[in-house]
Amino acid sequence: MSQVAEAATAAGEEASYDGLRLRGVTKTYPNGFTAVRDLDLDVPRGSFIALLGPSGCGKTTTLRMVAGLETPSSGAITLAGNDITYAKPYKRPVNTVFQNYALFPHLDIFENVAFGLKRRKVKDVDAQVRQMLDLVELDSQARKRPTQLSGGQQQRVALARALINRPEVLLLDEPLGALDLKLRRAMQIEIKRIQVEVGLTFVHVTHDQEEAMTMADTVAVMNAGVIEQLGAPAELYENPRSTFVANFLGQSNLIEGTVVSRGSDTTSVDMHGIGVSVPAARTHTDGDKGWIGIRPEKVLIGEEGEALDAPGNTIPGGVVTDVSFNGVSTQYLVRMPWGQELQVFAQNTGRTRMFRTGDRVELSWRPEYAFLLDFSQDASAGSQRDDD
Amino acid sequence: MAEMTRRRGRVGYLLIIPAIAWLVVFFVVPFYSLLATSLYDPAGSDFRGYEMTYHLSNYWDAISEFKGPLGRSLLYGAIATLLCLVLGYVLAYAIAFKAGRWKNLMLVLVIAPFFTSFLLRTLSWKLILADDGPVVSVLQFVHLLGDDGRLLATPVAVVAGLTYNFLPFMVLPLFASLDKIDHRLVEASSDLYGNPVVSFFKVTWPLSLPGVVSGTLLTFIPAVGDYINQGLLGSPNQRMIGSVIQSQFVDANNYPSAAALSMILMVLIVVMVLVYVRRAGTEELL
Repeated sequence: MSQVAEAATAAGEEASYDGLRLRGVTKTYPNGFTAVRDLDLDVPRGSFIALLGPSGCGKTTTLRMVAGLETPSSGAITLAGNDITYAKPYKRPVNTVFQNYALFPHLDIFENVAFGLKRRKVKDVDAQVRQMLDLVELDSQARKRPTQLSGGQQQRVALARALINRPEVLLLDEPLGALDLKLRRAMQIEIKRIQVEVGLTFVHVTHDQEEAMTMADTVAVMNAGVIEQLGAPAELYENPRSTFVANFLGQSNLIEGTVVSRGSDTTSVDMHGIGVSVPAARTHTDGDKGWIGIRPEKVLIGEEGEALDAPGNTIPGGVVTDVSFNGVSTQYLVRMPWGQELQVFAQNTGRTRMFRTGDRVELSWRPEYAFLLDFSQDASAGSQRDDD
Repeated sequence: MAEMTRRRGRVGYLLIIPAIAWLVVFFVVPFYSLLATSLYDPAGSDFRGYEMTYHLSNYWDAISEFKGPLGRSLLYGAIATLLCLVLGYVLAYAIAFKAGRWKNLMLVLVIAPFFTSFLLRTLSWKLILADDGPVVSVLQFVHLLGDDGRLLATPVAVVAGLTYNFLPFMVLPLFASLDKIDHRLVEASSDLYGNPVVSFFKVTWPLSLPGVVSGTLLTFIPAVGDYINQGLLGSPNQRMIGSVIQSQFVDANNYPSAAALSMILMVLIVVMVLVYVRRAGTEELL
């Protein structure tokens, strides 16, 4: 009885959710490879979410299941309360900006953009296409073929061709991957502007962490078929919950430590004989040991014995082993007494002197910036980024 | 620097000499010879020799005497090409998109019949379509064919033979075109509300047009001029132009008439091909 009532409430809740919802979605290919594992994801209407992860993490498979180009092995996908798990791709109010664009080479730009409208037998195709080409600033190219356009222009055609249908959800599959860096930055801002302007739900798949953080309201970091962590870009960056997120999103120093005591506010950790503290809200392990994480730009570098400008965790006995100056900041590698090399990014504010290789230094950081991760996780997970 | 360019230019000319020589010996000279022969006085013979009289009426005589076989050739060629296109498209589509790891094996199977002689393959059709053969028996049993009905020595047999023999010439270019189509374009169409039928006609078919054009040309041109299929599977009632030309050359020894017929056939085909390629609008895709 109560089970029935529960199911009914759940169904009612399902139906009332007006965004995109994935529940327990799994995709196993015939060859036995599981690309996506029991994935739950809610994308509120009108939001911009990025699925971020290395190649093979299942982000594109997830996108293709939402588009209807792959069928989930199990689980359910609902859109505004309607179950679309097994709906044909041409019957869902979802459009995709494909990787490498997939523009129709035998049609001109106008016909490419008009394709979706014509299939749905919409009226005044002409005016709508003109308006859309105007939005992406390609009105003068309407009669050209895709191959006559530059990469950036083709990218905008692909965006226009999908956007013109006003889909409930717009899917972007690494849409900027083929563009050069400068153009990519410009298009990131452009796409974000258009998303705000049209107010549609965007799901963006990328392996570029900077792109994900710049564009999306919410970033879901995926690894090996599951979402490792989901949240606002700043939250993910500042308070990663796994070594994978800590390494994949920016860079992190991860140092072995033993938990000494757990308070309500802070966790005290013994780090190679030095006592450091980590906020309880940033402690993500129940174990006796853990990885103490600190972002390189949060680490301060100073002369040995120099008075600190803030109370913090101080670690003496470092030796600079590498210095690379890049204008805005200087990156140091510092060998610690226990043999590990830590990364330090120092802003070139001019307040502290530049250190040279071989200098003896002291490192410190404010306890509130540190985080503590599960020791069973691989400290180098997510750090091998060979692309971008 | 200028010296280099000049030398490279000279080398370029030297390098195309073999190709030009080939064309002159095997195309220009025979073509001229054929054209000249078609204008000889038909009163001549092998024995007495021919006189060049610019006898244009060879053409009118040939057309009026052999318009039957000429029209029949174009008709049979067109029907066989159409059948090849329908059968070949399905096969090429299946090989390109559905065969997976069997793709190469299936392509080999398409070409495999070429390992047997053209003549033998056509002769075996004679057995298949024979009056007491399996096809006729079955058709008679289901009353699609009367008790004294037959297939051999009918247009059906000739067209069937042409279709069979030229099918690989259709399948291979079609396959080459279809295989090149980026599957993501079909996905994009389906993502943009195109159901499978619409996606086929709006995306796959137009992108395969280069293959359709070259396949139909490779089938139609030899099919129109073919005389083996008619000779082995048909009767004099299905006489095709190739057979007429052959008998004019070999049996009647009427070289001017045979040459005029050859020229007519060539011009007809060239004109039809030009119109066709224009209409298909595939110049830029080719």
